[in-house]
Amino acid sequence: MVRFFAHARYDFIGVRRTAYIATAVVLGIGLIALVIRGVNYSVEFTGGTLVQISTTAPVDVGAVRAGLAKQGIHGAELQSFGSQLEYVIRARTAKEGSDADNTQETAAAIAAGLDVVLGTGTYTIDRTEAVGPKVGGELRQKALIAIFLSFFAVLLYLAFRFEWRFGLAAVVATAHDLATTIGFIAFMDLEVSLVVVAAILSMVGYSLNDTIIIFDRVRENLHKLKGKTLTEVLNQSINETLPRSILTHGTTLVTLGALAIFAGEVIRPFALVMFFSVFTATFSSIFIAAPVLLLIEDRWPGAAVKMLRAPVKGAGARKAQPVR
Amino acid sequence: MAPITKRLLGIGALVALSIFYLFPREQNIRERGEDGVMRDVRVTRVPLKRGLDLMGGMHLALELDQAKRVSTDVERDIDLALTVLRKRIDEFGVAEPVIQKSGGDRIVVELAGISDPARAKSIVQKSAFLEFRITDKTQALDNAMPAIDRALRGLGVQAGDGNRQAPSAVEQLLGTDSAAGDSSKVETGPAVLSALVAASGQLPGEYLVLESAYPRVDSMLSLPEVQQQLPRTVELRWANAPVSLGVESYRSLYALEDRPIITGTSLIDASAQLDPITNGPIVIFELNRSGARRFGAETGRHVGDHMAIVLDDFVQGQPPIIQSRIDARGQITLSNRSLQEAQDLALTLKAGSLPVPLKIVEERQVGPSLGRDSIRQGLTAGVVGTLLVIAIMVGYYRMAGVLAVAALGLYILFALGGLAMLEATLTLPGLAGLVLSVGIAVDANVLIFERIREELILGKTVRLAVDEGFKHAMSAIVDSNVSTVITALFLFQFGTGPVKGFAITLIMGIVASMITAIFVTRTFFLLWLQRRPALETLSI
Repeated sequence: MVRFFAHARYDFIGVRRTAYIATAVVLGIGLIALVIRGVNYSVEFTGGTLVQISTTAPVDVGAVRAGLAKQGIHGAELQSFGSQLEYVIRARTAKEGSDADNTQETAAAIAAGLDVVLGTGTYTIDRTEAVGPKVGGELRQKALIAIFLSFFAVLLYLAFRFEWRFGLAAVVATAHDLATTIGFIAFMDLEVSLVVVAAILSMVGYSLNDTIIIFDRVRENLHKLKGKTLTEVLNQSINETLPRSILTHGTTLVTLGALAIFAGEVIRPFALVMFFSVFTATFSSIFIAAPVLLLIEDRWPGAAVKMLRAPVKGAGARKAQPVR
Repeated sequence: MAPITKRLLGIGALVALSIFYLFPREQNIRERGEDGVMRDVRVTRVPLKRGLDLMGGMHLALELDQAKRVSTDVERDIDLALTVLRKRIDEFGVAEPVIQKSGGDRIVVELAGISDPARAKSIVQKSAFLEFRITDKTQALDNAMPAIDRALRGLGVQAGDGNRQAPSAVEQLLGTDSAAGDSSKVETGPAVLSALVAASGQLPGEYLVLESAYPRVDSMLSLPEVQQQLPRTVELRWANAPVSLGVESYRSLYALEDRPIITGTSLIDASAQLDPITNGPIVIFELNRSGARRFGAETGRHVGDHMAIVLDDFVQGQPPIIQSRIDARGQITLSNRSLQEAQDLALTLKAGSLPVPLKIVEERQVGPSLGRDSIRQGLTAGVVGTLLVIAIMVGYYRMAGVLAVAALGLYILFALGGLAMLEATLTLPGLAGLVLSVGIAVDANVLIFERIREELILGKTVRLAVDEGFKHAMSAIVDSNVSTVITALFLFQFGTGPVKGFAITLIMGIVASMITAIFVTRTFFLLWLQRRPALETLSI
């Protein structure tokens, strides 16, 4: 029987201060990236026009940009999309002289510009997205509402299934994951598209899932280990669920890896965001959710925790070596 | 009946149900044949709907274009437009179109697998507002011309007076040099409009403008100061296409009576044909009874006059002379246009006009080859991901892993069957969700197996350890999955097309994985233990 971390007895709670520093560094990097780069919303959210083309030969990016400018489209982004024969053109601002609502005219102007620069018939338009600013704004608002409402709903469910202390700790951990994931998106300069929002919401589910597995064990152990302190109960619960975490995260990561490598350009950002979130979810379940629960129970102890042995003042925090 | 038999029957029923929903079946699809005639075609295929991003197609969100015509009752006009669009698209012939209201003021149209998106867009957007109007015989435009020129020069004074607040449209009209010109020029000023517009002399109310001057004249004419100078009984309309006279290209401008003698609402049928004499495309139309009566009376009264056919505010061709009374049937001659355009016009006329023009506020369009690529890439990722998961599970859990993999096979079947049952649409993100859910689906099995291992380490017998393992893992499985379903439900609520597809596959995946982990794997374990009752150690 192969078993990773079969009898692990790491003092996770003991090293939480170090973990706080690590998370502060990660969040800080994310915040700096966010401030410097800002959020790179896709045209779905900003409104604008996206045209994906495939060509018969690599194109001269500068020439295409100049050709588009001649058609009254300024500041269009041209990027190769996966290969040297596929490109994406993003025009966030409308064609000169047309109002911002008129993404149709912009799309037509892009096609006209490509006809001039590349020649008719040397390229095919594979995909067009033309989103008016009003629709984009609505979508952005709806995305934010969806993220916050899902948070709230999960908090309610956890309060009902566990108790509010657990629910709050789980939501704090998930909020941490949300923050690091947004930082990651900014750091990697990923475009925030609908698919990335889908990844963020899935991340919320996945992160909670992971926290719940540990909390479920804590809930069980609270009744079993009456002679121990809460710190010990938390440590033991995390250690007991370690093999499961390794396995599940492993299978999730391999499928995400397969998606990132094989599933194409549209799915890649989704896979990358989820890939990162697996790590942050694992980290936060151990180093955020459990310590926050400890803090909350310290202030407002629940019935089950009151039955435990009271901790020696300040003892749990200083012990950095494995508990025997 | 032994409990194990019941369980096997239950699994058999689920498998049968999934296969039933996934079984290829015959469907009716309305398609336009090679000859342009609509017919129902029966095809046999697996009833899993593919989204537009996988099969190629177009998604449009439309709103009333109130800049062109103000709607007094948005709700009513949207409903009217919806009916008109349904009729048009039905005639156009697209397999399984989606045409629905979204919110109170938006219409979503989804057309899968169309080959000519520009044409589909024009059919959806064409207002198809048809009118017949008599051309003006009173020379109203000629009479108003001096006043119009004065009005324009008046505006020019403002622009030339160094008034920086002057409307930019006027500056554009007059060109930079005249706008910057000295004020003395204004007094004697050039004949602004009359220099650009000349009567054609061919028929009353027809004027010619150089094609190059057309945009400039058009913006001049739309100025309210100019509009005021025209009598109320006359409206100006442009021809829909330029005409060539000698080396120059001209655009005709028509002065028309303000009151149409009849509109497209009286139309009951329209069809496209080739004119036997000119071989050009024509649209033959037929009016309803009251429309025919009115049309007959009006054309009878106007014999010898010219009648302009105005479609969406543009005059179609040169207005023909009314030679005699016309009743229920008439024809529209389309010069320089293809038969297909004539067919599209007949189609839109027959389906009725839109109450208010529609504007496209969102368009997503995916070519069929990109869709095929996406399916191929998604499947590759799915196969690779699943194989890796199988390798991990069997490598780590041995025999128990084999059971979990068998359950995983059923999981995929159940998830797809469930999607077919819900008539959900499989999109590219949905495909990714399915692949990801394979990785997450084994979580329930992992939780159970790890628990069984713990129980074995505690020294419990194999049988007891399995029972306890399943029992204790249950609460974690349920709680974690419910929270994922909650977030997926919000995603479903918020998302559009492709993302909705992701949410639905995620939800279906979770439900299917819970069924397989709790029920199917358990049964497999029971079978395994039953065949070897004396099992002392477990391959887990």
